[in-house]
Amino acid sequence: MNELLPQPEHDHFRAKAAASEHPRELIIDLLRAIQEHHGWVPDEGVELTAEILGLSPLQVEEIATFYDKIFRRPVGRKVIHYCDSICCWATGGEQVAAHLQQKLGIGPGETTADGAFTLLPSCCLGACGDAPAMMIELKLYGRLTPEKIDAALEKEKD
Amino acid sequence: MPRMKSAAELEEFRQQILAQRDADQPCFTLCSGSACHATGCGPVAAAVEQELEKQGLTGKVRFRRTGCHGFCEQGPVAVIYPEGICYLKVKPEDVAEIITETIVNKKVVDRLLYVDPTTGEKATLENEIPFYKHQQRLILGLNLEIDPQSLEDYLAAGGYQALVKALFEMTPEQVVGEVKEAGLRGRGGAGFPSGVKWDFARNAPGEQKYVVVNCDEGDPGAYMDRSLMEGNPYAVLEGLMIGAYAIGASEGYVYIRQEYPLAVENLEVAIARAEEHGLLGQDILGSGFDFTVKVHRGAGAFICGEETSLLKSLEGMPGEPNARPPFPAIKGLWNKPTNINNVETWSNIPLIINRGAEFFNAIGTEGSKGTKIFSLVGKVNNTGLVEVPMGATLRDIIFKIGGGIPGDKAFKAVQTGGPSGGCLPADLLDTQVDFDELTRAGAMMGSGGMIVMDEDTCLVDLARYFLGFLSDESCGKCTPCREGIRQMLKILTRITNGQGKEGDIERLQDLAETTRGASLCALGKTAPNPVLSTLKHFRDEYEAHIHDQRCPSLSCKQLIAFHIDPEKCRACGACLRKCPAEAIDGGKKRIHVIDQDKCTRCGSCLDACPAAFGAVGKLSGEPVPAPVPEEQRAIG
Repeated sequence: MNELLPQPEHDHFRAKAAASEHPRELIIDLLRAIQEHHGWVPDEGVELTAEILGLSPLQVEEIATFYDKIFRRPVGRKVIHYCDSICCWATGGEQVAAHLQQKLGIGPGETTADGAFTLLPSCCLGACGDAPAMMIELKLYGRLTPEKIDAALEKEKD
Repeated sequence: MPRMKSAAELEEFRQQILAQRDADQPCFTLCSGSACHATGCGPVAAAVEQELEKQGLTGKVRFRRTGCHGFCEQGPVAVIYPEGICYLKVKPEDVAEIITETIVNKKVVDRLLYVDPTTGEKATLENEIPFYKHQQRLILGLNLEIDPQSLEDYLAAGGYQALVKALFEMTPEQVVGEVKEAGLRGRGGAGFPSGVKWDFARNAPGEQKYVVVNCDEGDPGAYMDRSLMEGNPYAVLEGLMIGAYAIGASEGYVYIRQEYPLAVENLEVAIARAEEHGLLGQDILGSGFDFTVKVHRGAGAFICGEETSLLKSLEGMPGEPNARPPFPAIKGLWNKPTNINNVETWSNIPLIINRGAEFFNAIGTEGSKGTKIFSLVGKVNNTGLVEVPMGATLRDIIFKIGGGIPGDKAFKAVQTGGPSGGCLPADLLDTQVDFDELTRAGAMMGSGGMIVMDEDTCLVDLARYFLGFLSDESCGKCTPCREGIRQMLKILTRITNGQGKEGDIERLQDLAETTRGASLCALGKTAPNPVLSTLKHFRDEYEAHIHDQRCPSLSCKQLIAFHIDPEKCRACGACLRKCPAEAIDGGKKRIHVIDQDKCTRCGSCLDACPAAFGAVGKLSGEPVPAPVPEEQRAIG
């Protein structure tokens, strides 16, 4: 995945930007598209976004660093977002975080040595009825126990 | 299906759909909201499809995957029609039996029914279950009737009748008037009268105006907007279009947080289907009204739920708040008049237009009309989404619907309104839940999170937790919010670590007042609420932490110790084996002793000790008894 953005998507965003009264509104979509293909957004991705939307790289950088689901550093193949919000906290979320860290051998914000997972805390995932919860990429896992966490990691590992 | 060009064509289409449907045809309905996805509805759905095929019932039995039913505690939930038999915690291996027994043989599968934990009675139908019986599900109830991706289902349930009524029978002024008279107040937190807000945008000068759906639901503990958007996106769109017609907008945006992929998917399908059928686009149903809508996904920022931040984010700017006025109704998206409401507010609009203001304002209290959806979560038996008329008491919601506190623990407090709300103690359980009463009691409605705490939750630690959250999520633009929260957090952390000082309570109160008074947006203005409300109702807990280094809930790790009672220890070794810190010394027929220096206070020993012995105890604010000398540890 060296390519920042496949050509069809590249063309799609250029066309959309040209047709839009406010091309700047596409900034997150474009950064996200780059992230989906490249895994994260490198400097070249910021520059490409700026060029397509007619902005300065600084204007793009300001957005890329404001939102915490846009990654400006390399991450693992899958990102685990464990919820550290109130319902999960009240139902054992700290133990979930501890188990994940111990199992993966990394702290929050770190990536496993094999590049499989990056571990990030996240505020409320909106899964409060199934607390404690985590998302691996966009898949939700609820009512976590150490056994369920182990099974989820096993399933998502490749 | 070509674009429909008139209200008559739409009605004809609806009648066609209804004619093809037989009310007596069996239907297997499976809740497929995010919560049920997380607990395994995917494999259940696969099993249903497989089993229907195996038994030759495909086409004869309808299978409908719906949005959230609300009873997340008991998911995945299946309801079998026409009888309406409700099965809970359904697993793939239950499916064959449900189809054979209930659908074919018309018998109830007893073991999958709800059992009342207090009376032991079983409930067959959904509305016999106490969790549902005491609700009034005017908004959420529709989730059960429709597959969120099916326009036909929404039309069969009466969808788009409100839009037709607004477009062809009402002037925009009359629509605004109806919403005003209904007394609908914004469900996102502030509770501002929606009709009045619409009127501002309607009367603001400018040709181009916008309507926006706020689905950046970030309030910890609240997830009703997720369930509405996932379960019934057409209703949100219909409400939005009626609002657009009323204020004179032709473009709309839906801002959805990135954590809600299923909501995005279902909404995008709904938009595409509506476009195909002429329910979005130019000259809708021949009325001359044009409307298009775009979906915008967030990228992770709590502050973007605040309306001015959300609009900045839509423009491709950092999602930072602006001082108001000017309000978005005057200068909103790209400085054009903009009306922004949250998902639940928009979902109420079709109901108001269909049933009329009088129907709506007959429900609820003097100042708060209609129903409200709460997410009832935390230490409560029946967690889930609950829709009740405004004015229901906290006690009814938590005990009648929620089934009380698990494990014979005592109720301690309920936190309403998310991190910016407040905690209410047991003596306020009879508070009627509406916008004004909750504020009067020192909490707030917020977006409807209701987090129940039992006796084991330390409320000083809770305040510390919330301030930690708010400190992370403060955008940092204004100093009172950024620094005020940080300093309060420092003091609270110190107190929960047992290093509280005389004067800390007063310092907290001082900081809280400044932060509240001088911050730019609602995040900072309401950030001190967790501190102020816990101080108001649980000041003795703060004092115990500060003066006696004691945590009354036995929860703050720095202030508790675990101790094995030598009189009760039977040397079973259960605690010793479980201790991850190797802090327990013991052996065969020897009293076990915890090394307090090695102990990490994780509580594993307390959980491991057999209830019959009950030898492990928690202490706080008192010295740990000295360990029994080595030579006296033998058990005779």
